[in-house]
Amino acid sequence: MIDLFGRLEWQELKLLEFFHDPSIDTAVASGAAWMTVVAAIAVIAWITWARRWAWLWNDWLTSVDHKKIGIMYMVIGFVMMARGVFEGVVMRAHQTTALDGGVLSNEHWAELFSTHGTVMIFFVAMPFITGFMNYLIPLQIGARDMAFPVLNQISLGLTATGAALTMISLVVGAFETGGWTAYPPFTGADFDPGPGPDYWVWAIALSGFGSMFSGLNFAVTIYKMRAPGMHFLRMPVFTWTALCTSILLVFALPPLTVACLMQALDRLAGFHFFTNDLGGNMMNYANLFWMFGHPEVYILVLPAYGIFSELTSMFAAKRLYGYTSLVIATMSISVISFCVWLHHFFTMGNSATINAAFGIATGIIAIPTGVKVYVWMATLWGGRIRFTAPMVYMTGFFILFVIGGLSGIILANPAINWQVHNTQFIVAHFHNVLLPGLIFGIFAGVHIWFPKAFGFRLDERAGKITAWLWIVGFCFTFLPLYFLGLMGYPRRSAAFDNPEFLPYMIVCMLGALMLMAAFAGLFVTLWVSIRKRDELAVPLGDPWDGRTLEWATSAPPPPWNFAMIPHIGERDAFAREKADGRPYVTPEYYEDVHLPPNTSAGLIAMVATTAFGFAMTWWIWWLAVASVLGFILWYVVHSFREHPEVTIPAVEVERHHAAWVEAATLNEGVTRDDETNSRNRGRAATDMVVAS
Amino acid sequence: MAQVDGFLVPFGPVAEAQRTELIWTTAITMIAILPVLVGTPLILWWFRRGNTKATYRPQWHFDTKLEILMWGGPTLIIIALSIWLTQAVFRLDPYREIDAEMAQGMNFEITGAPVAIEVVGLDWKWLFIYPEEGIASVGEMVIPVGRPATMRLTTDTVMQSFMAPGLAGQIYTMAGMVTRLQMIAERPGTTVGENTQYNGTGFPAQRAPVRAVPPEDYARWLDNARDAPALDAETYAVLAHSGDVAKAREDLDRPGDGPLVFSLADPRLFDRIVARYRRGEPVEPEAQPGSPLYRPDRAPLPEVSR
Repeated sequence: MIDLFGRLEWQELKLLEFFHDPSIDTAVASGAAWMTVVAAIAVIAWITWARRWAWLWNDWLTSVDHKKIGIMYMVIGFVMMARGVFEGVVMRAHQTTALDGGVLSNEHWAELFSTHGTVMIFFVAMPFITGFMNYLIPLQIGARDMAFPVLNQISLGLTATGAALTMISLVVGAFETGGWTAYPPFTGADFDPGPGPDYWVWAIALSGFGSMFSGLNFAVTIYKMRAPGMHFLRMPVFTWTALCTSILLVFALPPLTVACLMQALDRLAGFHFFTNDLGGNMMNYANLFWMFGHPEVYILVLPAYGIFSELTSMFAAKRLYGYTSLVIATMSISVISFCVWLHHFFTMGNSATINAAFGIATGIIAIPTGVKVYVWMATLWGGRIRFTAPMVYMTGFFILFVIGGLSGIILANPAINWQVHNTQFIVAHFHNVLLPGLIFGIFAGVHIWFPKAFGFRLDERAGKITAWLWIVGFCFTFLPLYFLGLMGYPRRSAAFDNPEFLPYMIVCMLGALMLMAAFAGLFVTLWVSIRKRDELAVPLGDPWDGRTLEWATSAPPPPWNFAMIPHIGERDAFAREKADGRPYVTPEYYEDVHLPPNTSAGLIAMVATTAFGFAMTWWIWWLAVASVLGFILWYVVHSFREHPEVTIPAVEVERHHAAWVEAATLNEGVTRDDETNSRNRGRAATDMVVAS
Repeated sequence: MAQVDGFLVPFGPVAEAQRTELIWTTAITMIAILPVLVGTPLILWWFRRGNTKATYRPQWHFDTKLEILMWGGPTLIIIALSIWLTQAVFRLDPYREIDAEMAQGMNFEITGAPVAIEVVGLDWKWLFIYPEEGIASVGEMVIPVGRPATMRLTTDTVMQSFMAPGLAGQIYTMAGMVTRLQMIAERPGTTVGENTQYNGTGFPAQRAPVRAVPPEDYARWLDNARDAPALDAETYAVLAHSGDVAKAREDLDRPGDGPLVFSLADPRLFDRIVARYRRGEPVEPEAQPGSPLYRPDRAPLPEVSR
């Protein structure tokens, strides 16, 4: 007889845990499970009540438009970030009670730090950068879509699978407890036979395929689909960073996926890759994981560097300083990022020569990173700086990121690393580079490109308050951890025995509350802006006096992005058009535009792989087989179907484009003095206001 | 409890050198960082849009001298740090035993023969074996001031990482493998021998005081341990069971609290523990301490010949 539910049993439902054994600990666990379920039901109910299913299906879930896919990535990122921030606050709250104990059980604590890390890296940071690259690459290179639009949707589906599996683990069973790195043998079957590590393995392996496909797709798009005349050295810097990240995605994700699958073989099929016995060796896991893990840091941070490059130039109202230096620095970082992974385990007993070599390599990667910061400062030099919300994030980034760089250089010295490895110093370091480096960049980017995507700006005041909250909250939450680490407090410890640590914990808790408020501030900003959307509307598409191609189209852009594919004569193509007084021109004739049709390929991939991941976690073999076979069958059938292109007739393109050009021409535009008030409709005027 | 100020308050030359590294690395790196910390607010303020006195140079995008400074400055700093780092890595290599040459180079004194210590990481306690002295200790490590401790480390469960921050940095301990660590105390003191690699729910409890004491106190401690009950393979199998030191006392029927000492019945215990995983055959979970299925009676240690 077929075992219908594998090893899944009713008591695995977290929802009931509190009622079996009431305590603060189970209240937190069950509360999270209930929140997940209630939120899911609420969303479904709202969509039904508002009769939005058809809209959701046709306009979003089955769309292959890179812009919509990009926005959906951002939505996944924000939803998962809500969970990650919550977990962070719960952990900090626990730590204030953790002198010789703590309110949470040690098991629950371990689950929290493991899911927090996993969620934040794989299902917040990764969707954010993938979302940005999706949205911006085709617009910046003057293309109409990705090279492989359907594959793009499948990548999104696979990322959603990983996020879904980690959310399911909140309700059914438990997640793994070995941290986001999930080092065996602790996560091996001998020590943790439970479902936790399996959830991790399948969430990461399946979403890893998605990220690798994204990398391939972006790289091919940038190689093959640039508008005529856009040489490599005419690409916007964001596109450069996106290209480097794509290359890293292609080469860095496979080691991770392979490590996950080897771990799965260990756990399910009795292999001995990483076990204690029979020649298994966890050092191989550490190597594979960090061969992914270190490039991953740059996968995440390079697009943010791209955003900072664009915004310094944009809000200083001048050309980017040192374009070539930035490009060289970005490429150097991409290459060197593959040569430093061993610095994550200087403490594994390597020979002095090897430790020294990797310590030096790590130092070398700081050179191009330092150059970037100097280049941005030089870009600001001689500008006319508008201190907008994105610039607040940028200020926080500059000041805090160099402190993160300092701690990075400290960690690169193996002799010091032996003392601070695995302590709170590390926790402080990676939050210090990822929060100001990546997250500030993303939020600054959201402020800049939100008007492009939705047609109205975000409220400046709410945005600035939120930005400051992020910066101050970050300082309170993470800077004290450096000192705790130097005092030898290990990371991932549920409790401590030194009363001197307590004041630090309380400061961190205050900071965590500020970060929580900052996170809420994002939604307040969105809410305020939606209410004022008429006042903030910028349909003409160029609210910031932008320099690159994405600003040379309406906001939001039409599904075909550009009425005609632009010809590029130099860098900062749109800035040149504006300087020459020839933006917003209509071509002599219009052509039909062919776009790929909607497909449910991504959704099918998501449903099938989520079912597969769940089945493999709970040993529901029939479902595993059925989901794989169903998936393959669907694709075989699907590939025999005809795929008529959607043709947008030339008249339709003309109608849309001519209307936009006319509106832009009629609008006299605003100088940068009126950038943040309601006169800014997205047409930038020549800016001669400051007498020189 | 123990001194937990980490390596900022060292009482041995290794940790002291590591602290010096930290201070110098920070100082040298500041050369590259200070311009950003100071310059950013100044640039943002001076080149603000409203400032009519500031020169607007919208087309300025390249300057050879500035490029040389931008690339050259960090490069020189990294070269300096790399030389510095390489020397430190070789000087403080945890595999390099502390000898007279090192003592001379780093300006400290060695007053006696090295003490060999074998460390076994268990869930969630440290076992310290002194094979030459014929004793073992759980939950406390004692070394005599002025004599180098030359350590071999392994684990009989998942991976752990041993660190005694007041004396030396950390090294991973892995099943079936042996890593090394060296330390020496210049004056009496206490630091914490902590595990920094998460290994389960008892992780926060895995902290054993590491005490450096005068030679006569050390001798007394050894004598005391030699009178304690014996640690043989059977006792070890019970000791290895998951739990903190208090749980081990309970399991072994040794009432009281604090660290446990043993006389060492089998001087090859450490090698036998390492050999458990190197027999060329699977070790079932029942025979792996730390596994939820572990059963002491199912986990015999292999014999080794030396």
